[in-house]
Amino acid sequence: MHGSGIPIWFFIGVLLLIYGLMIFGYGVFEALIGPLAPVELNYLHTPIWWGAILAVIGLLYVVKFRPGRAGK
Amino acid sequence: MFGLIPASLAAASPLPALLAFSAAPLAHLRPLDIAVIAIYFGMVVWIGFYLKGKSNTSEEFFMAGREMTAWIAGLSFVSANMGSLELMGWAGSAYQYGILATHWYWVGAIPAMLFLGLVMMPFYYVCKTHSVPGYLDLRYGGHARSVAAFSFAIEMILMSGVNMFAMAVVMKVVLGWDITFSIFVSSIAVALYVGLGGLRSAIFNEVLQFVLIWGGALLVPILGLAQAGGVSGLKRQIMTNMQSMTGVSSDSYFHLWRDTSHFAANPMGVHWTGIVFGLGFVISFGYWTTDFLVVQRVLAAHNLRAARMAPIIGSFFKMAVPFIVILPGLLGLVLLQNADGSRRQLVGEDVVAACSLNSSGQVAEQGGCTAAMAKTNLSPASQQKVMAGGDDAELHSYNQALPLMMVRYLGPGLLGLGITALIAGFMSGMAGNVSAFSTVWTYDIYKPLINKNGSDSHYVMVGRMAIVVGVAVSIGAAYLVMHAHGIMDYVQALFSIFIAPLLAVILFGMFWKRATRLAGFLGLLLGIIFSAGLFMWVKLTPDALATVALSPDAKPMAENVFRALWAFIFASVLVVVISLLTKPRPVAELEGLVYGATKLPKEDPVPFYKNEYIWAVLVVIIFAALNILFW
Repeated sequence: MHGSGIPIWFFIGVLLLIYGLMIFGYGVFEALIGPLAPVELNYLHTPIWWGAILAVIGLLYVVKFRPGRAGK
Repeated sequence: MFGLIPASLAAASPLPALLAFSAAPLAHLRPLDIAVIAIYFGMVVWIGFYLKGKSNTSEEFFMAGREMTAWIAGLSFVSANMGSLELMGWAGSAYQYGILATHWYWVGAIPAMLFLGLVMMPFYYVCKTHSVPGYLDLRYGGHARSVAAFSFAIEMILMSGVNMFAMAVVMKVVLGWDITFSIFVSSIAVALYVGLGGLRSAIFNEVLQFVLIWGGALLVPILGLAQAGGVSGLKRQIMTNMQSMTGVSSDSYFHLWRDTSHFAANPMGVHWTGIVFGLGFVISFGYWTTDFLVVQRVLAAHNLRAARMAPIIGSFFKMAVPFIVILPGLLGLVLLQNADGSRRQLVGEDVVAACSLNSSGQVAEQGGCTAAMAKTNLSPASQQKVMAGGDDAELHSYNQALPLMMVRYLGPGLLGLGITALIAGFMSGMAGNVSAFSTVWTYDIYKPLINKNGSDSHYVMVGRMAIVVGVAVSIGAAYLVMHAHGIMDYVQALFSIFIAPLLAVILFGMFWKRATRLAGFLGLLLGIIFSAGLFMWVKLTPDALATVALSPDAKPMAENVFRALWAFIFASVLVVVISLLTKPRPVAELEGLVYGATKLPKEDPVPFYKNEYIWAVLVVIIFAALNILFW
């Protein structure tokens, strides 16, 4: 958004960070005790790396677009 | 959001047919998935309450304060056409017709998006109109505006209802959720966040939806390609089994243009003239340059350069969408399996409906089901299983290709993210329709026809009430569609009936100083009547399809594009003839509205990487390369 206030990118960052941490956490849990759902390519541990990617992107957006940072 | 109807929907029985097949849900959500969905709902309501304080004036509420950056306006612009029904429908079309479905993303979008940004946007932006009917008002007067405004308002509200119902059906089929639960939860959320934050809230949620769709759906083609052995492996497997899988004996599945010189030479039954002139020009230009739902997003940009850049930014992402839509459809052809390991063959929704089960789990009408399956490529063993009934019948429609691929690869959490992306797609579709309805109702119907002298806060209040009433009417429309399935066909046709004459009237209005008020009004009104007449002719007399599409081999998809083409030509001829017979407006009155009578504002010089023409050239190069690569 142009102008003052919380940018949309901050909201997106928060959502991606929360989702990324949840999915990454489940991926680690699954890697330790075995898969809970019979999906294909389980051995690739998709939740771990995809969750990590989402969390890192989310964190970058949260930091870069955090409220009050605009104009600094 | 039904702007460009997926082939698998247009060519088959309507979506409600899915309800007839009472099979078990495709997916089972776990607590982690439910948490992902709940967090999304919490986020959109938070955004709505946060933006309420920034939506106090009419300019803020209806036009998002005209302060969106090019990126936000661009992503919102392209996201407005990424509804879940489109994503699922086009994945199903790719399964059914191959990469021909990609035309609706490339030639059916990119040229029009560039034309909007580079050529038309200055006129929309300079005249400071708040809507497309508003432009017609300035150019042709109140009669043309009223025809467009009432058509838009009815179309938007009915489509919102259809979107609502479509979401409820998909949630019922994929997750087993109750129809009424889905309708009311989504309606309350949409009414809350759009009613509070206006257009700004709708745009924010569209950008959010865009990110969720990529975050939730991108894994499907990545993992699918990994399992299929890459693009070459996918191609080899489809080619090897082409005849048994698809009934097509050539490699037409992998060519965009090569086999379009005759209707019968390609699986979709279309001709290149229809693709180029009907889809690539009339339908695409009509949708991307005159449909208020998408144009409204760009009008909210903070300056002219941002308004011009927005569609160009959007076009880059539009070209990439086939990766998460078309590719999963093709991968579904070779990777989807039944529980016993055999290849899963998807069928049309008419077949699914014909084989619906009764309360005891048996096929209700054995004769109808047998006849319907005989027209498919289902193996005899699969047909026997379906006839035997039970949970392993495994009869799924083309439109379920994308959710089936999600269920195949996405475990807890990731599946929740994928489902959230679908829900977000439906909800932002509804929000887009309702916010556009609110603007058109307030500015183009209420203000000029009912109360001209209201205060600014009064019109904001009217806009908020229009959203609540619009959502309520949409709920009614959703239940109407549920109980009278055939209505969905008519609602989906509204767009194509209306958009072709509108395009003709706006193009002549914007680029021909001689076009007169009466010509604009009659061109639009009679053009809509002509287009509706063609639709009803084919509806009541299916044989008329061969006449409308100029070939006995034409399939329903060809009817859409050719009807639009004839309606555009009809309206254009009317505008030209009537204009030449009536007195034109003085050129001085056309300042800011018409090419040749408008002095466009000079834009400040910018570095080359911020120049819209440089980016547009890059889009053209990539667009040409993709079409040659997949020729």
